Amino acid sequence: MTPPKRQRREPHEHLPPPPAPAGKQKNPERLFVVAGPDGGERDGDLDLVTLIVARADPPPSATPEQSALLRLCTAPLSVAELSAYLNLPFSMMTVVLTDMLTAGLVTARAPIVRQAVADRSILEAVMHGLQKL
Amino acid sequence: MDFKSSDVVPGPRTEDQLPHTAEAAVKIVIVGGFGVGKTTMVGSVSEIKPLTTEETMTQAGIGVDDNYGSDTKTATTVAMDFGRISITEQLVLYLFGTPGQERFWFLWNGLFEGALGAVVLADTRRLEVSFDVIGRLEERGVPFVVAVNTFPDAPRYAVSELRTALDLAEEIPIVECDVRRRASSRDVLMTLMHFLHALATAKTPV
Ligand SMILES: Nc1nc2c(ncn2[C@@H]2O[C@H](COP(=O)(O)OP(=O)(O)OP(=O)(O)O)[C@@H](O)[C@H]2O)c(=O)[nH]1
Ligand SMILES: [Mg+2]
Repeated sequence: MTPPKRQRREPHEHLPPPPAPAGKQKNPERLFVVAGPDGGERDGDLDLVTLIVARADPPPSATPEQSALLRLCTAPLSVAELSAYLNLPFSMMTVVLTDMLTAGLVTARAPIVRQAVADRSILEAVMHGLQKL
Repeated sequence: MDFKSSDVVPGPRTEDQLPHTAEAAVKIVIVGGFGVGKTTMVGSVSEIKPLTTEETMTQAGIGVDDNYGSDTKTATTVAMDFGRISITEQLVLYLFGTPGQERFWFLWNGLFEGALGAVVLADTRRLEVSFDVIGRLEERGVPFVVAVNTFPDAPRYAVSELRTALDLAEEIPIVECDVRRRASSRDVLMTLMHFLHALATAKTPV
């Protein structure tokens, strides 16, 4: 029996390349950059795996939703996990979080995203971590 | 969504909390057709009980008789399972089990663009399902490996036959797996990491 057959595709020319590392152009060795709320460049652009940490106890002015969120992220927690625990769609979660970042209630730790030239040390760290599983 | 101040939202168990030293996260996407084993794979390697994030997609009705109005909208809830593996005290890896249909992918900003790479889970009973997924990844320039689930009643093909059928370049790894087993899922992820490392090495002249 022969399996069905696929036709290879080429990368789309018009697709935007991965975001350029802000201010890190001089180092072509780097394939992964930290991009996101703390990086300035992609302000407010929350990723599923941006880590959120509460900065303070809920102020009296906090909404119930904000209080619940602040209690969840006394330790770092990803936007995806917050969305799961709070039962909020990702898009709504980012709206809530953007407000809270602006109000200084939480801080965001940006993810390491794929870049045109890879940082092998990150890949090696992941390989080492998987080996221990 | 309605929150009352008295609501207690169950969060991570104490032992599931990340250390305060956690600085950054990376992600890997596990993508494949319906029932191919995405949830099983996430669950077998995750250190936390897999969680689900949902997104609602609103679509204008299509192909409906105009007499019934062309502004009909349907809302579809799309769910994505994910799990987590702590790599070091500073680095965390997240795995996302993503539906195969591309029309869902844009729902999660940066899901594929930012991922280190992807695992395409393929089922030899329905190999065509993976064709589109693989094509989309190629178009987006997302590096991937193919992991073939060995379902008991599935036809078995040699790797060379699969490579021809999937029209994959020689360097793209194709592995067999049983993602119900943690070691097997880990090996698939390791294959992806070795592949990404080789790509990075090739791109960085020493
Ligand atoms: N033999 C075998 N069975 C598997 C394997 N992976 C998953 N299964 C079984 O296949 C069924 C579907 O697996 P799921 O993990 O739910 O698949 P999924 O891709 O998440 O499915 P959807 O989310 O519904 O698209 C389950 O009954 C699994 O036990 C595998 O590697 N080998
Ligand atoms: Mg599933």
